Amino acid sequence: MSERRPGTLRATALADLDALRLRHPEQFRTDWAGRLRVAGTLAGVVGLAGYGLWALDFSPVRILNGLGRLGGFALEMLPPSAGGRFGVFLQALAETLGIAFVGTLAAALLAFPVAFLAARNVVPNPFARFTVRRGLDVMRSVDVLIWALIWINVVGLGPFAGALAIACSDFGAFGKLFSEAIETGDRRPGEGVVASGGSALHRIRFGLIPGVLPVLASQVLYFFESNTRSATIIGIVGAGGIGQYLTELIRVLELQQVAFLVLMILVTVAVIDGVSGRLRRAIIGGPGR
Amino acid sequence: MLGLALLAVALALSCHAAEVRPLVLAANFGKFTAYIQQIVPVLRPDRIGPDLAEWYWGLPKWLSLLGETLMMAYLGTLLGALGGFVLCFVAAGNLVRSSAIRFAAKRFLEICRTVPEIVFALIFVIAFGLGPMVGVLALAIHTTGALGKLFSEVVENIDMKPVEGLTGTGASWVETVRFAVLPQVLSNFASYGLLRFEINVRGAGVMGFVGAGGIGQELLIAIRNFYYSDVSAILLMIVLTVFAIDLSTEKLRHHLIGGEGMR
Repeated sequence: MSERRPGTLRATALADLDALRLRHPEQFRTDWAGRLRVAGTLAGVVGLAGYGLWALDFSPVRILNGLGRLGGFALEMLPPSAGGRFGVFLQALAETLGIAFVGTLAAALLAFPVAFLAARNVVPNPFARFTVRRGLDVMRSVDVLIWALIWINVVGLGPFAGALAIACSDFGAFGKLFSEAIETGDRRPGEGVVASGGSALHRIRFGLIPGVLPVLASQVLYFFESNTRSATIIGIVGAGGIGQYLTELIRVLELQQVAFLVLMILVTVAVIDGVSGRLRRAIIGGPGR
Repeated sequence: MLGLALLAVALALSCHAAEVRPLVLAANFGKFTAYIQQIVPVLRPDRIGPDLAEWYWGLPKWLSLLGETLMMAYLGTLLGALGGFVLCFVAAGNLVRSSAIRFAAKRFLEICRTVPEIVFALIFVIAFGLGPMVGVLALAIHTTGALGKLFSEVVENIDMKPVEGLTGTGASWVETVRFAVLPQVLSNFASYGLLRFEINVRGAGVMGFVGAGGIGQELLIAIRNFYYSDVSAILLMIVLTVFAIDLSTEKLRHHLIGGEGMR
């Protein structure tokens, strides 16, 4: 090994390139088929994007003009100020949190029994399971704002419609997540309960529920976080919360107050994220250890 | 026990704040079922053809709007994924030493994903004018934030040995990212991108509520003006589209992740 000079690996390798090529022909062969596949996929993706840009009337002039106006807006947003309505905003924020909390909790309570009906290790009948699951899927695939519009027809404008809307769309999501958690739960405790003479209901109550409850609780907390975000926009269609003010103020270009509201939302969401993240770690970590 | 008491207090407070009125719900629940009954179309078995045609009288218009919605979701996801792709390497703790750059990138991503896309759409509609372009931009910004975070978490969890190897040969930062990081993360990126596409299809469906294009505008008009059969027709189209997209992206994602496992 005396001919190997001290220096970078790169210099040594470059000096020895021909010998390397001879020794490892596999590494230096060009994979034309693979490259063609990649190029084809890329061309497809870019082509579709190009068509889309054309079909949706993207024009550089409009974008440039809009960006100019956006820059103006950004300047007008400074400094953020409540415009003397801090109390009103705070109340709206509380309403938003209330909507998220009630909606999430109601959805979780309703979805809990239904999820067992959709779980393979509880309901062996595939037909019943299929029906429940598709029902949950339909509820899930209708957006919160659409649910809000429907509930406004029923209970009138206001935050109650928002809470019901969040409950409905989360009911579908929780049903799916809960049933998946139940299916992946440990089978052995349940088998033990049955072996000691327990009924099917005992198996679920004492063999299944204790194991999955922390997982479900952590999912509920996670959804509460994301629902505080959804609840901020539900006011756009008139279902209560801070979104009502946000829409109104954006429409009349009171941009300092808009910036203030956005800051309020950012801070609240960060606080909720922090608290619930800590709670989730405590729940998952506690019983697991 | 303390936890339960806290929960009860929080529930009581939020019920007050959200103006929960179970009595109103109970009194008006009949309205909800009646509403559902009203939006269910009249379909008689003996003249199913004409009934279907009457129910879906606006099919060509709705289909083109649905296509517009899907295109918005596609472009929003693609542009957002590009943004997230560029920023995720800058926000990853194992690739960028400067904590100031990393901090700036992370906060930027956080703002992009905390402000809901429909709020961006509200502001952009005023700046850019009505139309689907606004919806695409709003979706793209929100997607940048959401995907940038997920992408950077993937990058932070890679195997660092190839990176050290490339740094040892004297490769530049961009070369290191291209040959040591990218091969490890690409399939995960694609999988997250597809997941985001699913979410964005739903998001694009309601962009029309604020005038940012797609089928949402028609749905809003139908619900507000009590065009009952139109509501069910459009809702059914949206739900079926979301189903189809969910199923096909799930297949693709399993394919991607499975391909990685085999290697």
